Amino acid sequence: METEFAIIGGGIVGLSLAYGLLRRGKTVCVLDEGDGAFRASRGNFGLVWVQSKGLHHPAYAQWTRASARAYRSFADEIETVSDLPLNLQQDGGYIIHMSEDSLDADRKLYEGLRSRLGGDYPFEVMGHNALKTEEPNIGPKVAGALYCKEDGHVNPLRLLRGLTVAVRHLGGTLRTGHKVTDVTPQGAEFSITAEDAAPITAKKVVLAAGLGAMSLGPKLGFKAPIRPQQGQIIITEKLPKLMNRPNVEVRQVDEGGIQIGASSAEVGLNDREDVATIAGLAAHAVDMFPKLARAKMLRSWAALRIMSPDGLPIYQRSARHPGAYFVTCHSGITLAAAHAGVLGDWLTDAAEQPDVSAFGEDRFDV
Amino acid sequence: MFERIGHSATAQVRFTFNGETVIGNAGDSLAAALLAAGHKVFRDTPTTAAPRGPFCMMGSCFDCLVVVDGETVQACQIPAQDGLVVTSPPVPRAQP
Repeated sequence: METEFAIIGGGIVGLSLAYGLLRRGKTVCVLDEGDGAFRASRGNFGLVWVQSKGLHHPAYAQWTRASARAYRSFADEIETVSDLPLNLQQDGGYIIHMSEDSLDADRKLYEGLRSRLGGDYPFEVMGHNALKTEEPNIGPKVAGALYCKEDGHVNPLRLLRGLTVAVRHLGGTLRTGHKVTDVTPQGAEFSITAEDAAPITAKKVVLAAGLGAMSLGPKLGFKAPIRPQQGQIIITEKLPKLMNRPNVEVRQVDEGGIQIGASSAEVGLNDREDVATIAGLAAHAVDMFPKLARAKMLRSWAALRIMSPDGLPIYQRSARHPGAYFVTCHSGITLAAAHAGVLGDWLTDAAEQPDVSAFGEDRFDV
Repeated sequence: MFERIGHSATAQVRFTFNGETVIGNAGDSLAAALLAAGHKVFRDTPTTAAPRGPFCMMGSCFDCLVVVDGETVQACQIPAQDGLVVTSPPVPRAQP
């Protein structure tokens, strides 16, 4: 089989890129592993999140905001093609603080970013009482929150499903269940082999394989300096409306369940949840929203974030094999609109391209 | 629909379900007492508001959920007792 673009990785990142390339009239084949893979696209929290991104890296803050701004029309397209409601809500979100000191420390960081961006960075500091008028169910231990009007959330599983439908609808090939084992540059093209499947020849190859890039990256001349970072999540029974907006640690999903998360642990390729972490998440959620003390927990799970050394995405074209690209990030949901949108101009050598120079691998060279 | 068989009750228990008084036998599970009193629908599902009642009666299916003392519980897993205030779980309104 021959294709213009082979995308290794059928998660949110790979499918978003595929969708953008198909919209540009390219032929695309997406190569996805099986369910034994570490599937961040199935375990994530579902935030479309601006706040706290790029506090020390204005280019990343702006890249994130551009994706958030493009999200509504992106989601509308996917909803129309797939006929699945994505429940995108972009009505602002919070990072809740339990102490005045931490709230104040964060406020200073955000003010620093705002001044580096010439004043163009939206956030508000809300004390307990101000937050209480917006979110009446917060507990007495809550000191306040940082509020960003550009934050939001989406149903990430429906987004994944919707992208799958959209990619196929536009004529893309999506091959699942065959782990890519090797990718070999052959002249100006690439030969890709996978378990139990015919090899594929592609003019360009995009490595969007999440943690799979750790082993496949070097074959294409990438360093792929990424590591897994574990996060655990709880979901409760479906409840009447308890909160109006998401915050970075707890949100109410469109069907009523409360999703609690935001743990992080450096435990390698381990995606097992543990009682101590889950209990800690639950206790903190009850401190924020005391009514959760009587909520039934339905499920918990762990998943692995894909982290670069500085937490920013990596967008890198291979110096050795110019038809090869490496795309990875921790925030595949938030950046989906950028990946389906302007990043396609970079992958297709368009006349006008986004400036992704801040996200190259060479930033880690010292 | 459901009829009691075999044994005669040693004592009765009295509780309310959505405000209506229900009389069961001591030793009934909450689900059994409600079914015997003619209540087939215990709740509506949160997502589609479809009616649900007990299916397995042994703690597996979670279809018999009710609210007792502010907590959602499986009606088949707790005994019917005097004075319980039992309600159907609220159906959350879908969010925008």
